[in-house]
Amino acid sequence: MNAVQKTAPAAAIGSPHWLLCELTYRCPLHCAFCYNPVDFARHEAELSTDDWLRVLREARALGAVQCGFSGGEPLQRKDLETLVAEARALGYYTNLITSGIGLNAERAQRLKQAGLDHVQLSFQDSTREVNDFLSSTRTFDLKREAAALIKANGWPMVMNCVIHRLNIDHIERIIELAIELDAQYLELANVQFYSWAQLNREQLLPTREQLQRAERITRQWRERLGSKMKLIFVVPDYYETRPKKCMNGWGNIFLTIAPDGTALPCHTARMLPGLAFPNVREHGVREIWYESEGFNRYRGTGWMKEPCASCPEKENDYGGCRCQAYMLAQDPAAADPVCDKSPKHAVVAAIVDQAQQQRSIVEAKPLLFRDPKNSKALSGLGTSALP
Amino acid sequence: MSVGIASVPQIAPGFRLQWEPMQDAHVLLYPEGMVKLNASAGEILKRCDGAANVAAITADIERQFDTTGLGDDVLAFLDIATRQGWVQIA
Ligand code: SF4
Ligand code: SF4
Repeated sequence: MNAVQKTAPAAAIGSPHWLLCELTYRCPLHCAFCYNPVDFARHEAELSTDDWLRVLREARALGAVQCGFSGGEPLQRKDLETLVAEARALGYYTNLITSGIGLNAERAQRLKQAGLDHVQLSFQDSTREVNDFLSSTRTFDLKREAAALIKANGWPMVMNCVIHRLNIDHIERIIELAIELDAQYLELANVQFYSWAQLNREQLLPTREQLQRAERITRQWRERLGSKMKLIFVVPDYYETRPKKCMNGWGNIFLTIAPDGTALPCHTARMLPGLAFPNVREHGVREIWYESEGFNRYRGTGWMKEPCASCPEKENDYGGCRCQAYMLAQDPAAADPVCDKSPKHAVVAAIVDQAQQQRSIVEAKPLLFRDPKNSKALSGLGTSALP
Repeated sequence: MSVGIASVPQIAPGFRLQWEPMQDAHVLLYPEGMVKLNASAGEILKRCDGAANVAAITADIERQFDTTGLGDDVLAFLDIATRQGWVQIA
């Protein structure tokens, strides 16, 4: 615990508020921007029901109060209802984050009985053609059915649509669809460049012009809709000059458990070199949260280098995202290059510049869809026609 | 829609009010979020059961804390809570 005091002198470590259970990497969709690790094919040994029940209890005892079930597609787990029921009984607010595939009337009813509080339904786009193209399956009608089930069961209707170069011009249609489905919240989240989205970055990063148009349309609709529907627009951070406060601070609020039981401060943190993350099969959640090197390494501000270490804004963003620093500056302890004080900011500026120039990039380079075959190839476990 | 003493407030659907011993506070939970409430907000919201009106809620709090003149504070808070979407007027 001495190391902890040294790296986080300002404040004692608080308790986790959010437990994010990534129940499985299995998913019937193959989104080209999927946030699961590109080598998910390596991490297939899933936790048992009993393991998950123990994780739920231990994290609740630490003070976690929001519980998210995601994946992959969490509906692929047959024990989802059991886990939701336990989480609800423990006093969590239970959130299901789903593509909707696998939700039928019977399952929805069982989840309702288990006490599920909320369903977040993700859409890839508003039109069947683009939706099916980007998720590489024919699923659009299934999603509409899922939306109807969410309504019928009285859950708050929260829609999430990942926005990027290929669908951002349809933003108006996406908003209209959300209204048609009677959503209370619509989150238009620009894709963040990790994992599969990072591989497909050139095809997915919108132009500045596209972005400004989309923001303008969103603003107009926000005024028109008033309190009927809450519209949230998340800009791609490459267009900012200050980084996001990633995960609200490393090991500060969020505790993510990957399908194989690896505990992570953020679902992409596994990519960072030289840092081992503990597994709930071997360690208790309390020990993981307070004592593990994986959670303590980038907690607070004590680990920072310049320009962050002496920056007056360091409490605002904690230096941004460690994964982005690693991907773009090859150093997980560097300032997030999105920050214009970062000596590597030129890397981000160059990517943004390039995005303005490309025109028919989609034809020029095929999208790499997330699927087990491509994942095996990216893990060095098999062969495929990767470019 | 403004809140008056005859209004009957209740916690909005999708929101849940709960006491968290770890935080020593009432919290209001909603999709993917949480508000930590101060003591008076907690006292007001836990009485928003869809049956009591604002006058009754105020009287009950005044009785419990052995005080008077809380009417304006309760109304002001419920006005904010309604605007935030935490509370609905039945
Ligand atoms: S992003 Fe797409 S492919 Fe990845 S888990 Fe979600 S629905 Fe499945
Ligand atoms: S220099 Fe570091 S701490 Fe300061 S604003 Fe940039 S990323 Fe944040």
